[in-house]
Amino acid sequence: MPAGATYEPIATTTLSGASTWTFSSIPGTYTDLIAIVVVTSTTGNSFHWRFNGDTGNSYSYTVLEGNGSAASSARSSSDTNINIYSGVGTANPSMFRTHFMSYSGSTNKTVLSEAANDKNGTGIVNRLVGLWRNTSAITSITGTTFAGTLTGTATLYGIKAA
Amino acid sequence: MIGALVAGITGSGGASLSSYESIASATGTGTSSANIVFSSIPATYTHLQIRAINRDTLGGTGTSLFYVRFNGDTGSNYVRHRLWGNGTSASSSGAVSQSFIEIFGSSFYSGSTNVGASIIDVLDYASTTKNKTTRNFSGNDNNGSGFVNISSGLWLNTAAITSITLVPEQGFGTATQFALYGIKAAA
Repeated sequence: MPAGATYEPIATTTLSGASTWTFSSIPGTYTDLIAIVVVTSTTGNSFHWRFNGDTGNSYSYTVLEGNGSAASSARSSSDTNINIYSGVGTANPSMFRTHFMSYSGSTNKTVLSEAANDKNGTGIVNRLVGLWRNTSAITSITGTTFAGTLTGTATLYGIKAA
Repeated sequence: MIGALVAGITGSGGASLSSYESIASATGTGTSSANIVFSSIPATYTHLQIRAINRDTLGGTGTSLFYVRFNGDTGSNYVRHRLWGNGTSASSSGAVSQSFIEIFGSSFYSGSTNVGASIIDVLDYASTTKNKTTRNFSGNDNNGSGFVNISSGLWLNTAAITSITLVPEQGFGTATQFALYGIKAAA
């Protein structure tokens, strides 16, 4: 018998000139989490994710991006965060969707992230895979800008498998 | 004979309160050559989505992958195109007349402590007039190596998809988890 609601909103944060926000007390009852962030920035800078307040060199990521002229790839290892690796529009909103796969499972945590940032003449589209080298369940997710502040919304959803 | 871990659908019907529903899930057994099969998929959704984390049973620490087939079709009826990044450069490739759709960079070999992840959208899966298209997003990061991939797949068959077979490179390790979801359009 198929389940009822499987894709559930957990929390929505309205960002009004915010440089950081946290989804906290995340229950371990879902299979995956999805964060959707739709924002403008005062400076155009990107933001990053951290988990459970971990500010150590526990993160890494591999990114594929297109900038309207060329496709490229980059990597960061033993980093202090997972960088969404895309600027944020200052006049038009940019959209970011990050999937936190098996966030409460027993393996190190892998995320898949998408960025859509078109500025009518410039912009970035990317896909990214990130790693948090920690087998703990993710109970909090913090987004923080590299510079400037964000205005818009950040929503966290939970997905339950059968 | 390839063994199969079947995660078919039990029970039937029931009004849904949601347009995104969990259909079935399965976990790897650690057995070589054991496929995972989602069978008896009802035609009541518009699209399907598979969400997975994977670690293969093959020894080593490198990148691995798995394959997707529909309705048990092992013929050369699949096509795919891929764009990927390896942390240094972006590349693209395509292949026709394949006997599966490859989900690249979706797993690691058994010596890794990490898992690959993938999200596969199977669009208009129940159509009986269209060949079937998949949209795939996958990646594996090993803190210094790994890949991020986007790809499209095509199954050259207009039959409604009633089963999905997931084939490992060698075997689905016990860290492997697959979940199948159905997405309904507005009534």
